Amino acid sequence: MNYRTLTLASVSMAAALLAGTVQAKTLIFCSEGSPENFSPARATSGTTSTAAAETIYSRLVDFERGTTNLVNSLAEKYEVSADGKVYTFTLRKGVKFHTTSYFKPTRTLNADDVIFSVERQLKKDHPFNPIGGGKYQYFDDLGMSENLVKIEKVDDLTVRMTIKEALSPFITNVAMPFMSVYSKEYADQLQKAGKMDDIDLKPVGTGPFIFVDYVKDSTIRYKTNPDYFEGKSSLDGLVFAITPDSAQRVNKLKAGECNVAAYPNPADIENLKKDTNLKVLQQAGLNVGYIAFNVQKKPFDDKRVRQALNLAINKKTIIEAVYPGGIGETAKNPLPPVIGWAYNNDVKDYAFDPEAAKKLLAEAGVPADTEVDLWAMPVARPYNPNAKRMAEIVQADWAKVGIKAKIVSFDWAEYLNRTREGEHQTMMLGWTGDTGDPDNFLYELLGCGSAKSGGNRARWCNQAFEDLIQKARKTSDRAERGKLYKEAQVIFKDEAPWVTVAHAVQTVPMSKNVDGFKVDPLGRFKFYGVSMK
Amino acid sequence: MLSFFFRQILLTIPTFIGVTLLAFVMIRIVPGDPVQIMSGDRGLSPEVYAERMAALGLDRPIWEQYTDYIVKMAQGDLGRSMYTKESVLSEFISRFPATLELAVAAIIFAVGVGLPAGMIAAVRRKSVTDYSVMTVALAGYSMPVFWWALILVLIFSMTLGWTPVSGRMGLIYFFQPITGFVLIDTLILGEYDAFWSALRHLALPAVALGTIPMAVIARMTRSAMLEVLQEDYVRTARAKGLSPFRVVAVHALRNALIPVVTVIGLQVSTLFSGAVLTETIFSWPGIGKWLIEALSRRDYPILQGALMLIATTTILVNLVMTLTYGIINPRIRHKR
Repeated sequence: MNYRTLTLASVSMAAALLAGTVQAKTLIFCSEGSPENFSPARATSGTTSTAAAETIYSRLVDFERGTTNLVNSLAEKYEVSADGKVYTFTLRKGVKFHTTSYFKPTRTLNADDVIFSVERQLKKDHPFNPIGGGKYQYFDDLGMSENLVKIEKVDDLTVRMTIKEALSPFITNVAMPFMSVYSKEYADQLQKAGKMDDIDLKPVGTGPFIFVDYVKDSTIRYKTNPDYFEGKSSLDGLVFAITPDSAQRVNKLKAGECNVAAYPNPADIENLKKDTNLKVLQQAGLNVGYIAFNVQKKPFDDKRVRQALNLAINKKTIIEAVYPGGIGETAKNPLPPVIGWAYNNDVKDYAFDPEAAKKLLAEAGVPADTEVDLWAMPVARPYNPNAKRMAEIVQADWAKVGIKAKIVSFDWAEYLNRTREGEHQTMMLGWTGDTGDPDNFLYELLGCGSAKSGGNRARWCNQAFEDLIQKARKTSDRAERGKLYKEAQVIFKDEAPWVTVAHAVQTVPMSKNVDGFKVDPLGRFKFYGVSMK
Repeated sequence: MLSFFFRQILLTIPTFIGVTLLAFVMIRIVPGDPVQIMSGDRGLSPEVYAERMAALGLDRPIWEQYTDYIVKMAQGDLGRSMYTKESVLSEFISRFPATLELAVAAIIFAVGVGLPAGMIAAVRRKSVTDYSVMTVALAGYSMPVFWWALILVLIFSMTLGWTPVSGRMGLIYFFQPITGFVLIDTLILGEYDAFWSALRHLALPAVALGTIPMAVIARMTRSAMLEVLQEDYVRTARAKGLSPFRVVAVHALRNALIPVVTVIGLQVSTLFSGAVLTETIFSWPGIGKWLIEALSRRDYPILQGALMLIATTTILVNLVMTLTYGIINPRIRHKR
């Protein structure tokens, strides 16, 4: 029997009832679920990132609100060495950590805090590494554990990171939640007191809001950080009302019980737009839904066939039927437009032209009534809320140009495995970006490496394209990288390994008096910079 | 008496073993394997996959897994949540009071409304009252809980504005739990405003959850009552010139209650399954909501552990009910 559990459950904590009034400018957010903890390093879900990284913590560099552009945050500047392997960050002076009921800082932010936050995840022998299970999913998944060689203190306000290979997406990783900066002073205090677990449950950061209290599955409370280095938020406070049922989130918003609601039901969106007390913000998110052609299987080894089947599909019908209420917009590139600096807006999408499609198929020598399989996902995802319906529309479109598609589906795990093995001829899938870096789309989904390992479901490996994205990975100058990616998208469109179907649109409904909210492309919610009238 | 108690307790053992098997098998018959499903769209490297399989103990022979699971369970170790990494047992215990509070409120509603309604229907047999009570009971019994809950919200929260949409207490009140029962805690602290707020938050979920048991209790009371009203002793009581109310409420009701008590005991499992939906809709921070969140995250250790704990609770409640019933009604005890 676990005695700690028993004591926790039976011995009551000291009760303190603070029945203050919620001030006029406290923003109440109807969030979708409970965070796993308050530790950005250990977070595996957007829910946790919103509750911890975006509110309590800050990072060396960050994403500008509403975009995936990088801005300096705790670092006032950084420099990259000529070989692209050494990053030197200069920290801001005088950044204060939160003062809470459980911690009073005696010094401002310095290099030790940054090093502590990274080494906890990097070094297996770090005292804080095993806390909470010793799993740092994002740190590992995004290749930090492999690529980061060391992190060193140059002086109190300068930190140097050295990486194995010059990979430019590295700096985007530094802006991710898992690179949030913790207070080493607080960690030391916890270690002395033998309460190391608290680092993930009672957070101390430098972010715009200070953690006050969490009632499991019910409410998270924050107060405004008066010393926030970008300036104090104009909100008096912030409360998350955890509301897992999406219909109820909308009801609460309408009844005025919350000011912003997460992830409304697509079916409710039209109705929300009509409500005069509310406003609804929408923006295409960091994702893409696609149909991939397996280029290793006939007839899809022929570019003309792939182009023809692109021409045969009427995307407008798909958007209306599968993405109602404006929850999806047509995609022409494998990247979403929200990555503005790398998105090629000059690319022309394939028009809906069945006649041209028939011609191309005839040229390629594909006989009429050729049978192909079309794999449809068994689950709903934002980038494809109804794969079965989409498959039926595509099937009808292809039939008109003489391609008979047979719809195939398996349960989800099986589906992912078999398509990774390349059993399909054509299949549907999508991707939600982890980092907002174009590399996270183009290299992961269309590179030659993942054509071998199976993440590239088209199994398409094009040398010209590969050279461009490899070069872009090693270029740290952003404008230069953007050019390379734009060029790669032209090759992609011509080669047509996919039908780019749609980008799911994120919808955030809120009450009329909420000002300055920006939809976050990474699907999180940021309340700094938001005000209430 | 003792032999009856003993027999009843022995009888729960096979049920209990059945439940352990069921919870154990559940995690293993899901199509695909749980590790794959839990990893989502991304896929896993073979090393990480092997590591997670080992963490769940799925890489060992099945009988070994089962004995290991039983041994650990006997020590109170039901594994850890994959999401929060906390122990399943402590997560369960911290949420149980909320569910219990809701369930008790639902039962109070069900008995408070169902019992008088059933009695009136029985006394006014074949009248308009009787038919309307029975129709309402039938409707209540066949109402899908989540739909009914949303309808209640639409009427009482959205249209009339009497009750809050969801949650357990107004956001302005905020304190550390003492017992975990909000109504009790607020009274202990003497915070009467917070108590009212909690009560208003409790009203709709309790009605939503209590509707089915209410219907069952109403129908059961009616039929038990009808049976009892034809008994000789009731006729005797009437002949003695007792007031009709006294005859029904005292003489008849006492005997009619025996089957009704059993039915209330049997409603425990209904309450648990209803709580899953009710709590999710009303953001009630209890076991049901926790389960749904675990389900959507494929948090198997929680699902397996919670199934065990819920089944155990249900078995225990039914055992207590049977024993109580044995005390109330000697006829049960001496059945061979």
